[in-house]
Amino acid sequence: MRHDHIISAKQLSRGDIETVLDHAADIAADPGAFADRHTDTLLGMLFFEPSTRTKMSFTTAMKRLGGDIVDMGSVESSSVKKGESLADTVRVVEGYTDALVLRHPMEGSAKMASEFVDVPLVNAGDGAGQHPTQTLLDLYTIRENAGFDDLTIGIMGDLKYGRTVHSLAHALTTVDASQHFISPESLQLPRSVRYDLHEAGAGVREHTDLGEILPELDVLYVTRIQAERFPDESEYREVAGQYQIDADTLAAAKDDLTVMHPLPRVDEIAHDVDETTHAQYFQQAHNGVPVRMALLDLMLGGDQ
Amino acid sequence: MSDNDQQLRVSKIRNGTVIDHIAGGQALNVLAILGIDGTSGDSVSVAMNMPSDRLGHKDVVKVEGRELSQDEVDVLSLIAPAATINIIRDYDVVEKRRVERPSVVEGVLECPNHNCITTEDEPVDSRFAVGDDGVRCEYCDTIIRDDLPAHILAE
Repeated sequence: MRHDHIISAKQLSRGDIETVLDHAADIAADPGAFADRHTDTLLGMLFFEPSTRTKMSFTTAMKRLGGDIVDMGSVESSSVKKGESLADTVRVVEGYTDALVLRHPMEGSAKMASEFVDVPLVNAGDGAGQHPTQTLLDLYTIRENAGFDDLTIGIMGDLKYGRTVHSLAHALTTVDASQHFISPESLQLPRSVRYDLHEAGAGVREHTDLGEILPELDVLYVTRIQAERFPDESEYREVAGQYQIDADTLAAAKDDLTVMHPLPRVDEIAHDVDETTHAQYFQQAHNGVPVRMALLDLMLGGDQ
Repeated sequence: MSDNDQQLRVSKIRNGTVIDHIAGGQALNVLAILGIDGTSGDSVSVAMNMPSDRLGHKDVVKVEGRELSQDEVDVLSLIAPAATINIIRDYDVVEKRRVERPSVVEGVLECPNHNCITTEDEPVDSRFAVGDDGVRCEYCDTIIRDDLPAHILAE
């Protein structure tokens, strides 16, 4: 695998995905063997909006490869507060580091930033756009639990603004998964993602009711329906309750259904699901470290 | 009435460009996309909603003293795909060609997604891939299918 920048899941071929996941599996099996892999490497962390899991797992991944991180800190304490452009910020920080990780609230920010730097840049989420490394760890979790052959997956929640959904939907076209999207009509997939899935010849169906499709699913990927997306709170309350699952809901599912969530969850997955064999969302979050170790290692030349 | 007679409704130009077969009502958008707002001193003639065998109604724009570049002609195709370009020198048509749709247009359209990085104060031009039935922002993936002229960037 050789990409200068990881901007979108759309740039990843099936081969690229398998390469990263296989390497992640090797790392997960023997993390100590990779501990000195990048002892002189510094990773620049540019997080323009809050992040817990993504930021911590990138930090952990770099440190477990023997390297270190340089963190811009919060926007409030940085020169961004003084009006510095993103283009200038990344050009400055690339001089300090060997690779960059960018989280930014604007769509297209990672692509634009990548045009101003020569060091590898990883998109760690650009607004409602893409989140390709989340997708890689999602795929790792799916492969571990359900495999990629004859996969039927339901993706439920905020499909319109959810960047993890957009990235995952694109990537799933490479494994010919049957994709079912479950959401309120107001939060269905954006036009661009529908267009891409159609162009890729993906098997896609849309639903407003999980019950229509739950018994057929191998994987149910749940995302949070965000109250702030609705013009009025009563409309949010009306739909949000229809997209919550609990252990009783899953009685209608296959015994080996895998339930995933990019986290953080609020109330869309009841805590009684945690105790079932379906729940894989915490393992999914943990998988972020070996997957990001694998990606960084490959990007930084670990495959040579 | 022939097309030539129609063109005579507005005066012939000595040197410049005649853009013919613009869909009726799109002439002002053509001027906008070319950045022609009358402040440069160029003499510009516009005829709108004239009868046309090919289009039903068409607009014609004549720009005195300016020959359009190929880039400008390419961009015109987004809103005037049937347009013909006539380059005029000393009152004669020295070159006549159809517009062709480019694969990409840069700095011409504003992304309608207010959360797209190209709408921020960053040193980057908007860039849209041109498809058969619309254009797509190469930064945020937003697709525009209808009313392209509404998204033309002001000069």
